[in-house]
Amino acid sequence: MPIAIGRTAACAYNKGMITELGHFALILAFLVAIVQSVVPLVGAAKRWPGWMALAEPAANAQFLLTAFSFAALTYAFVTSDFSVELVVLNSHSLKPMLYKVSGVWGNHEGSMLLWVLILTLFGACASWFGGNLPPTLRARVLAVQSAIAVAFFAFIIFTSNPFLRLAMPPMDGQDLNPLLQDPGLAFHPPFLYLGYVGLSMTFSFAVAALIEGRVDAAWGRWVRPWTLAAWLFLTIGIALGSWWAYYELGWGGFWFWDPVENASFMPWLIAAALLHSAIVVEKREALKSWTILLAIMAFGFSLIGTFIVRSGVITSVHAFANDPERGVFILMILAVFMGGALTLYAARASVMEAKGIFSMVSRESALVMNNILLAVSCFVVFIGTIWPLVAELAMGRKLSVGAPFFNMAFTPFMVVLALLLPLGAIMPWKRARIARSFKPLIPALVLALSVMGLAWAIQTERTLLGPIGMFLGTWLVAGAAVDLWSRTGKGGFARLKRLPRADWGKAVSHAGVGIVFLGVSGLMAWEQEDIRVVQIGERFEIAGFTLSLDRVEEVEGANYLSTMGWVTIRKGDRVISVVNPEKRVYPVARMPTTEAGIDNGFLRDVYVVIGDEQAGGGYAVRSYYKPLANWIWGGSILMAFGGLLSLSDRRHRVAAGARKTKAVGVPAE
Amino acid sequence: MMRFVKPMAVTLALALSVTPAGAVQPDEILADPVLEERARDISKDLRCLVCRNENIDDSNAELARDLRLLVRERLVEGDSNGEVIDYVVDRYGEYVLLNPTSRGANWILWWAGPIMLVLGLGIGFSFLRRREKTPEPVVAALSDEEKERLKQILDE
Repeated sequence: MPIAIGRTAACAYNKGMITELGHFALILAFLVAIVQSVVPLVGAAKRWPGWMALAEPAANAQFLLTAFSFAALTYAFVTSDFSVELVVLNSHSLKPMLYKVSGVWGNHEGSMLLWVLILTLFGACASWFGGNLPPTLRARVLAVQSAIAVAFFAFIIFTSNPFLRLAMPPMDGQDLNPLLQDPGLAFHPPFLYLGYVGLSMTFSFAVAALIEGRVDAAWGRWVRPWTLAAWLFLTIGIALGSWWAYYELGWGGFWFWDPVENASFMPWLIAAALLHSAIVVEKREALKSWTILLAIMAFGFSLIGTFIVRSGVITSVHAFANDPERGVFILMILAVFMGGALTLYAARASVMEAKGIFSMVSRESALVMNNILLAVSCFVVFIGTIWPLVAELAMGRKLSVGAPFFNMAFTPFMVVLALLLPLGAIMPWKRARIARSFKPLIPALVLALSVMGLAWAIQTERTLLGPIGMFLGTWLVAGAAVDLWSRTGKGGFARLKRLPRADWGKAVSHAGVGIVFLGVSGLMAWEQEDIRVVQIGERFEIAGFTLSLDRVEEVEGANYLSTMGWVTIRKGDRVISVVNPEKRVYPVARMPTTEAGIDNGFLRDVYVVIGDEQAGGGYAVRSYYKPLANWIWGGSILMAFGGLLSLSDRRHRVAAGARKTKAVGVPAE
Repeated sequence: MMRFVKPMAVTLALALSVTPAGAVQPDEILADPVLEERARDISKDLRCLVCRNENIDDSNAELARDLRLLVRERLVEGDSNGEVIDYVVDRYGEYVLLNPTSRGANWILWWAGPIMLVLGLGIGFSFLRRREKTPEPVVAALSDEEKERLKQILDE
């Protein structure tokens, strides 16, 4: 029983009750998951409808129980119930409400609970939207999904229980890591997890299809919306994380090739490859075996990512858990699921005969190329991420693999991908001629070359990075426009509106990739920096802007103290904006953070960071001119939006269960 | 895995105890812009040893500042970029390099991508060759279950 100090006993008792019920619901969900992972599987093998039908109510029960458990933990955080150890370690009564809530997943135990909550949510979704699946496949998908849940429930209950109580609750908590007290980061993990865990569905579909011994066009169509959903959430999650790093870490970097970033980037790359190869399965009944392998690997990389983040084996900014026991447990989950799935794959892959034939130059072969480039680039990220570990364990060599390596080893693949993408996207299925497909793209190429020339002419630096990036980005955006236009045939604008949403989705996503290219290369090539000591009232220039530090004041926030500067940004004598760079100290966590003052613009950001007060008066001020910075996140959002458009395409909504009666001819998409 | 724990605890303790200096400070900057630019370039390839994954140019840690000053000192003495990096590696080991060398087994790291690409292209090419030559198979008829399902859908 909880002991109340400084509160009424009844109140603490009620709070404790809810916590205990949450704990109980978690254990119950674990038991339901065990049943759901066995019974429907047996049912499907023996063709017993009743046993198979158990999967659906079980999936719902599992989700509801986990949701209740998660709500109970959230309640403990929101009401600052310091009889729960996790709340003590990660919360504080003065913390703003948003961060009390986001504190639930701002720690190892709570984030794992969020992980299974999303896992069971996807399971429940499969039972809600899986009406068109053949009963045996549906039962098997839900059983496999539940087997994953069993592993993670066990992980939480036996190694990372969020509901552990303290007999002597302290008066107040130790606060959440101040770096995590930020709106961008509050929503970064949920999106990332929706992506990571969404890939469990593709895994379940792949394993179920292998058990079933059948992969056909319909399977390609069923698995694609799940992949799309997972990929678009991952895109948003990664973009949020990158945006947060940009404004919070104090020098405006947007991607650090940190192991934890790579952990989310690898499944993203594989999911992108899977998205494309599933189209080939759906339209042409080819690449089946490869697509199944990708579906398994996509979730494999999610698990590897979870392992990297949760075990803290590869040190990085994000690893807040550092417990070998947990690492070993996740490694075992990884070994069991990947080992099992790959063994099954090896045994069954041969039954998947390919059907569609196509020539060396065709949409199919372009998609094969896309898959090779994405898979190999993912492999490069993977090997760079684990190499320090391999080198230390195998050779006793302590070394680092950082951004310079990844920039050099990864970028070429993306350049080739960008060069080929517009052409591949416009090629017809089965048989294409390069010259004929290329012809409508000539205006796009001319435009891209002119933009490159323009960039070369007006830039003051002599870098190739900027102009080449401008070329590739414009080529991608214009190529996407040409692709969309060519779909209209002779119908013109009227037809444009009536194109399937999947066509729009494809063009919007591809254009989004182009905009990310423009943003990344623009920012990296033409960024300007100024570091100096600035006296109050002094003016200085950067990239044609005049900045002045008007005043600096100590400001008290909800749970922090801030040294806040007022910096006026002028163009000539016209005031553009006033920004407030801050240096914050969080007394409870005894940790400083910087908050950059940013004037966001369409074509550029002006980014100001305030540093220490100097002995001789004035403050250290770093200011940056960051061209096209917002395009990086704008492009990412476009990519995700394209995914959403594609997801809402009519054929996913209605025809999910309709199988083609005759698989001849090329469907007109 | 135990051997990771101790260095990490030390790292964490160091990271929390140092007062943040805030990346490159105005007083560190060299008067000669060419030398300063070289210093910045070198700094971007050197790891802040007490940080988790930061180069010394971006890092707030005191030790990173010491390293930045050391790099500038060597440059002013007239070292080439390579000599400065060698000097730092001699003192702190290979761990300090964010851009790993290709010495020893590291060739695997550098060549893994290109080798996989060649392999992938080879496999992809032979697959496409086979696809081009195989005749289109006869499509199997629908099973009874599927006919039933099709009828349902068409009736809807």
